[in-house]
Amino acid sequence: MAVGYDAIVVGGGHNGLVCAAYLARAGRRVLVLERRERVGGAAVSEEVFPGFRFSVFSYVVSLLRPEIIRDLELPRHGLHILPLESTLTPLPDGGYLAQWGDHDQNRHELARHSPRDADAYDEFGRLMYQMARAVRPILGMMPPDPTSLSPRELLGLLRLTNYFRDLGRARFHELYRLMTMSSADFLDRWFECEPLKATKSASGIIGTFLGPRSPGTAYVLLHHYMGEIDGVFRAWGFAKGGTGAVSEAIAAAARRFGAQIRTSASVARVLTRGGRVRGVVLESGEEIRAPTVVSGLDPRRTFLQLVDPSELPDRFVDGIRRFKFRGSSGKVNLALGELPDFTCMPGRGPHLRGAISISPSVDYIERAYEDAKYGEFSRRPYMDVVIPSMIDPAMAPPGQHVMSVFVQYAPYHLNGGWTDERREAFGDAVVDTLAQYAPNLKRAILHRQVITPVDIERMTGLSEGNIFQGELALHQLFFLRPAPAWARYTTPLRGLFQCGSGTHPGGGIMGASGRLAAQVVLGGRL
Amino acid sequence: MLKTTPFHARTSALCVSHAWRRWAGHVVASSYELVHDREYHAIRGAAALFDVSPLYKYLVSGKDAARFLDRVVTRDVARCAVGQVLYTPWCDEAGKVLDDGTLARLDETSFRLTAAESNLRWLHLNAAGHDVTIEDVSASTAALALQGPNSRAVLKATCDADIDAIGYFRLAEARLRGVPVTITRTGYTGDLGYEIWLAAADALPVWDALVEAGAAFGLVPAGILALDMARLEAALVLQEVDYISARRALIGQQTSSPFELGLGWTVRLEKPGFVGQAALASEARRPAAWKLVGLEVEWDALERLWGEVGLTPVLPNVVVRSSVPIYAGADQVGYATSHGWSPLLKKYLALAHLRSQFTEPGTALEIEMTVEHRRRRAAARVVATPFYDPPRKRS
Repeated sequence: MAVGYDAIVVGGGHNGLVCAAYLARAGRRVLVLERRERVGGAAVSEEVFPGFRFSVFSYVVSLLRPEIIRDLELPRHGLHILPLESTLTPLPDGGYLAQWGDHDQNRHELARHSPRDADAYDEFGRLMYQMARAVRPILGMMPPDPTSLSPRELLGLLRLTNYFRDLGRARFHELYRLMTMSSADFLDRWFECEPLKATKSASGIIGTFLGPRSPGTAYVLLHHYMGEIDGVFRAWGFAKGGTGAVSEAIAAAARRFGAQIRTSASVARVLTRGGRVRGVVLESGEEIRAPTVVSGLDPRRTFLQLVDPSELPDRFVDGIRRFKFRGSSGKVNLALGELPDFTCMPGRGPHLRGAISISPSVDYIERAYEDAKYGEFSRRPYMDVVIPSMIDPAMAPPGQHVMSVFVQYAPYHLNGGWTDERREAFGDAVVDTLAQYAPNLKRAILHRQVITPVDIERMTGLSEGNIFQGELALHQLFFLRPAPAWARYTTPLRGLFQCGSGTHPGGGIMGASGRLAAQVVLGGRL
Repeated sequence: MLKTTPFHARTSALCVSHAWRRWAGHVVASSYELVHDREYHAIRGAAALFDVSPLYKYLVSGKDAARFLDRVVTRDVARCAVGQVLYTPWCDEAGKVLDDGTLARLDETSFRLTAAESNLRWLHLNAAGHDVTIEDVSASTAALALQGPNSRAVLKATCDADIDAIGYFRLAEARLRGVPVTITRTGYTGDLGYEIWLAAADALPVWDALVEAGAAFGLVPAGILALDMARLEAALVLQEVDYISARRALIGQQTSSPFELGLGWTVRLEKPGFVGQAALASEARRPAAWKLVGLEVEWDALERLWGEVGLTPVLPNVVVRSSVPIYAGADQVGYATSHGWSPLLKKYLALAHLRSQFTEPGTALEIEMTVEHRRRRAAARVVATPFYDPPRKRS
């Protein structure tokens, strides 16, 4: 029997670490148990090939909550977020659309495609700023239960209506549209330039099994836009050292507050007695006692694997079984001997320090979705490419580079299942598509790591390889994430809490779930 | 990248100060010489030549051009004669100013509208149901401002048209050393002056002709710092400095109506429906809560403040664009958005947004002044604008 702790956090992903740091800060004796040999979960940096470091899964930081950065003093613990200022969308005809960080430069570029869109861009940006400003407090609040009449819940709902009232009538209507429309339809109301609409609509599909024309994707667009409003505070960009450095900074903060972190410590089960948590047992058979266990794992792992479902209400278990994961994205990590040379913008320009988006048209992305809908990976996928070594030279040997390619769609449930052969075929489709825009790419590749949703699941434990611990779809958000009445980080088992992205607000390296869960564990105050 | 104007080959050769600034996505000279004093004094004493090409310019033409523009701007376009130019703001539905510029009636059915910001989408949105074509001619049209008491003489020496016949806010077509140009008697200095509109391709010969002929009349190419001082003396508002476009404002408090900017005279409520009419009509029935007025800071107060630390007044020689509070007694009653020392009037001037009960000329107020790192207050009073208004401007 090991020493007792006040709380055990299962899973050393960024949310688990945030939760542990806040608990330790409040004086609790906290132990974090991580199955892998390093913390971070899906926010890890690894030297996949000698000399080449990759943010293996999650690769940019946009939504990390500013209050977490402040409370945990993350910059003191090594967090350094570098700007990712531009987005280049190369086009099949050799043209391109670029979005630049400088207002005038961006305006000139957009005007080249559509002078009216150049005007609309600023107005759209203002609208999204106002929407995000209204919705943003929700990211930091416990979801109120709209069906409850308790004063606490009603107060929460009242706060919520206040945020929306501030929006004013016209913008409330826009918010309603955002909540109900597809991102393609919503963007059609503003823009005419096809690559602009496509590139913007792409942020509405990330981590969902939906296409840009699927209703509900406009909200996801807003969700990601919130990272850009934080951009005002310079929180949007690429973490020096990769996303693993974010996890390491949070872990360092947690340790400083006194938390213990054990890696290579895989939790087999949560121990319970009489509907109450007693501790955990590791795969090794070791038992560790604690009255509180916080799970950073996704809802399926937490409630169907860590816990014996027979200890949970049937309806709840049924709901968790139906919680949609449907991983839809993959990742290709390339070690490059030379920089890619894009036909549309040759040479080593500033565009290589930003994102490169393979999203020439809404039709293109929708077609990529069509493939996935019927169980195939996209033959011509949507891709979000960054070259981290251009921003942080420590990621690759001098003169060489690493390229991170986020790819959608790669369905978890592939027809006939994923095999090594299919994985490589998927990798080929990605490289072939990219090489159409940067012909020297194939020659430049020294090593290649292809990650399918099945690999994501195997490596990180994320069910069905969904990067958000459950789709960011409207029916799985806020007071429904992950289940009605259990969206406030508690569970039907006394002493068991949840802190992963599978809870509100979910998604991205945000840390909000971990922070809110800590607040609940601590009885309301951080 | 930033754009350069059609005159860049000439202006860049002249810009020994290497002091450039951005204007509507272009680079333009802040001042050509190391100090801008001579450029400023040329405006008031001889002739100054400004490259104002970064202005947005729209050619609006068609059967319904006048009717369409009447729907957009606050001035009465139907009563604008051919050959006349109107200064006008335009507003959103809430009656808050989106932008301001000049509207020149080139003939019965065509107009040139200038603007500080891009308005193409806004114009198109309002054009539904009108037989009108809106062309963005910003890049294809170069523009110069020739301002100052000798500006007329310089034009006479270079143009074939009857320059004397061009009245205030009127225009004429002319050939300037053979190059077709449009000359409007307009400007941003509050002085006698003209603006010259021409095809971008003809920019360099026109610049050369004016500089060459202007030499005899003391013509000096001048930059934005000099222009800024002149427009403060003329009490002309500048977007993004003295007001924020309702299109850009993030909160209602940042917006201004024409009445609040002292532009009530441009609002023709009696004309048929235009954007913002209902809101402006309702605002006209009650006194505006805010008003933009001119302030003069009292010299004795400045001398006393600096005297207390053993200095004579240290005042900026450019127009300061940072907002400073204005007080009446203990209460802040407004803020100054443009302020600076007028080399001509020998006075510290400010354009200030004030609660309207403090806007009567002669009202005694205080303006915040930073004296050796300490915030102090200097006595100031409301005065009628323009601060400087020479008769030659209209004669």
